[in-house]
Amino acid sequence: MTTFWVLAPLMVLAALGLLFAKKAVHAALCLAVVMIGLAVMYALQDAPFLFAVQIIVYTGAIMMLFLFVLMLIGVDRTDSLVETIKGQRLAAAVVGVLFAVTMSVAVGQVVVSSTVGLEEANADGNVEGLAALLFTRYVVAFEFTAALMITAVLGAMVLAHRERLSPRRTQIDVQRQRMREYAETGRHPGNPPTPGVFARHNGVDVPALLPDGSPAEESVPDSLRKRGQERTDVDISAAQRRAKEIERGDEEDPS
Amino acid sequence: MTEYITLSFLLFTIGAVGVLVRRNAIVVFMCVELMLNATNLAFVSFARQHGNLDGQTAAFFVMVVAAAEVVIGLAIIVSIYRTRRSASVDEANLLKA
Repeated sequence: MTTFWVLAPLMVLAALGLLFAKKAVHAALCLAVVMIGLAVMYALQDAPFLFAVQIIVYTGAIMMLFLFVLMLIGVDRTDSLVETIKGQRLAAAVVGVLFAVTMSVAVGQVVVSSTVGLEEANADGNVEGLAALLFTRYVVAFEFTAALMITAVLGAMVLAHRERLSPRRTQIDVQRQRMREYAETGRHPGNPPTPGVFARHNGVDVPALLPDGSPAEESVPDSLRKRGQERTDVDISAAQRRAKEIERGDEEDPS
Repeated sequence: MTEYITLSFLLFTIGAVGVLVRRNAIVVFMCVELMLNATNLAFVSFARQHGNLDGQTAAFFVMVVAAAEVVIGLAIIVSIYRTRRSASVDEANLLKA
């Protein structure tokens, strides 16, 4: 019971995090906390098989899928706070509170008989007991889930498939385009310098320095540049100044 | 027993409010998952209360269906994102008159 009272508030807090987190990634992490908590709850309630399935399927597969799609769609996107329908948030909160009140009244009025417990049902082992049910009483439903899974796989393939509209760009095409750009604009046809070359730091967000000391913007990956996470040369020169100060005043300022 | 059910309906309520409030399709989806998980907790609690494994079997089936649903739902979200460049549920209003 102690485990329950430690875990339950944590799970409710994490679930509330799902409501209030601005970034979708934070919401996903909160959901992962809730799911692991639920797995422990299953273990507490004599359901070791569901404990394992919860960890493997939910925290392993489903959360991974969620994070994967988040990465595809853009992690940094925050939720818009504009209400399309006026007063919808307030109405939703009121409905939620009403639902919670209704449910707590219902649960409060329930007369609970003494818990039977699963010792008898789990006598041959939880997995064996579940298997006996799955392959006798629920065998039709079990077969239907197989059909459902196949349909889901096919559906996902169809939905995620994209028809190739333009011919594939081969290495030859890339080289031709580079040479054409060199002829037209004078852009260097070779590889761009990797980030951090000759710069103070070799992090990916630091542009490489050209021979004249100016930063080569294109050495920083595109995605970092689009998100504005690249270090500008002002940052770099500030860092360099700071480094020089430290070098000079090492004795006075050891930090 | 009652405390497990209480936790279950609290989680369900939070998930339901989340579906109503949040605008990012992926977060809405996560809230649906939270509701499914809450019902699973109720199933498992009632299984222990009644002393048979039917509740756990039901929870198992819910998990299977949830996995299939997540796969399809996320594929739909990705394909909407490809055409509309947005994952907000407010943007998908092409059917509106």
